[in-house]
Amino acid sequence: MTTYFTDQHEWIKVEGGIATVGITAHAAEQLGDVVFVELPAIGKALTKSGEAAVVESVKAASDVYAPVSGEVTEANDTIVGEPAKVNEDPEGAGWFFKLKLTNESELSGLMDKAAYDAFVASGG
Amino acid sequence: MNAPLKTTPLNALHRELGAKMVEFAGYDMPVQYPTGVLKEHLHTRAAAGLFDVSHMGQGAIMGDAPAAAFEVLVPGSLQELKPGQTRYTLLLNDQGGIRDDLMVTRPLGDDDFRTLFLVVNAGCKDRDFALINERLGTSHQINRFEDRALLALQGPKAAEVFARHCPEAATLKFMTAAKLKVVGFDCYVWRSGYTGEDGYEISVPGDTAEDFARKLLAEPEVLPIGLGARDSLRLEAGLPLYGHDLDETTTPVEAALTFAIGKRRKLEKNFPGADIIMDQLFNGAKRKRVGFRSPEKAPAREGTEIHSKWGEIVGRVTSGGFSPTLNGPVAMGYVETEYSGDDYRLLANVRGQQRALDVSPMPFVPHRYFRG
Repeated sequence: MTTYFTDQHEWIKVEGGIATVGITAHAAEQLGDVVFVELPAIGKALTKSGEAAVVESVKAASDVYAPVSGEVTEANDTIVGEPAKVNEDPEGAGWFFKLKLTNESELSGLMDKAAYDAFVASGG
Repeated sequence: MNAPLKTTPLNALHRELGAKMVEFAGYDMPVQYPTGVLKEHLHTRAAAGLFDVSHMGQGAIMGDAPAAAFEVLVPGSLQELKPGQTRYTLLLNDQGGIRDDLMVTRPLGDDDFRTLFLVVNAGCKDRDFALINERLGTSHQINRFEDRALLALQGPKAAEVFARHCPEAATLKFMTAAKLKVVGFDCYVWRSGYTGEDGYEISVPGDTAEDFARKLLAEPEVLPIGLGARDSLRLEAGLPLYGHDLDETTTPVEAALTFAIGKRRKLEKNFPGADIIMDQLFNGAKRKRVGFRSPEKAPAREGTEIHSKWGEIVGRVTSGGFSPTLNGPVAMGYVETEYSGDDYRLLANVRGQQRALDVSPMPFVPHRYFRG
């Protein structure tokens, strides 16, 4: 299983053609306490870099973009009921949605962990 | 190149406490501490929070009958202020628009007839004092206390905590003030604040502010609170924020601040914009500041358009967000007066979707001021 990262601070873990997507620990920390999450409907077709979900902290709303194109197969209702889970475990139990990939080659344009950490360290 | 940010006397302390610093009104200010906005907010409602509001403008008008003189710029009945009393008032332009909202205090003591204290918003302070100087500067001395810090201690435990350092403050009532010694420092202490909670605002000399803040933060009930929670607390309390909920195009009648227009002043009709404001008082204004709640979870933020069920634009959200106390969205904004009745269901366009928004009485969370 490989984890990729985007410059919009999403992570994506791919296993057997299904990708799990969430926001990075860095993004969760920058947002602060998450109080509201809106997830895409199951079956929705997402296109790479298109708006996929919304996450709001006490102060502000942010869009979560689809790191790659695909069809939504699952949404994490736990974080809708308990948005604080996003802060507690952003890269684990605080995942947002799962996608069935439509174009695996899109993954090659994403960052790996080392590249993402360097991106954050450089102020990205 | 941006001008370097100004700092308050507590800047080093904020950094030591791990605050996330942001620019606000030209100052480098703490938006939150490691505690986080949500917990800081809830802690202030449950115990006590310490806020640095030193960026606000403190000053005084000194000379003969300063209250009568200052009335040319505001609609409040300031001459009726008793020694030690504080009042919320508004600087108005000639169209009755709000230039700033501020606190005015007639001090207790020897100088009570010759001094009027002012505390104005940080973002407006330079132009406020320029205006006051222009209008009163020849007859009065206008002083700014730029070397003083201003701290707010707010919350249900604020009085208990503060009494350990200043027993005399316990008997002060909401919207009164006194010059008091607090842990050996000469302070001006108000029983007031902008969170809806009981508490104090304390003006201390800048060079003693850090020592003073550390003494209060050493109390087990007290946590430092940033501007993020200050904003969500005042929104729950239904209190308007200048530059967002109030500006030069809004009148006191539209802003639902008619309590700030003094009885005598309504008869005299001699404050700026009196013709327009008196007409609105008798005949109603076209729009009104109201509160909103929503059965939905998505907050309607500042700038969100408000529609009637027939699709017309009837207003706009001026402050909106998540209420930690109510665990749901709250907002305030302006709507055309015919839509301003309590429980009137309107629609807010949030991210392209129409969501229900119900006109709601404010405050959203009851005020708990100490009135004695």
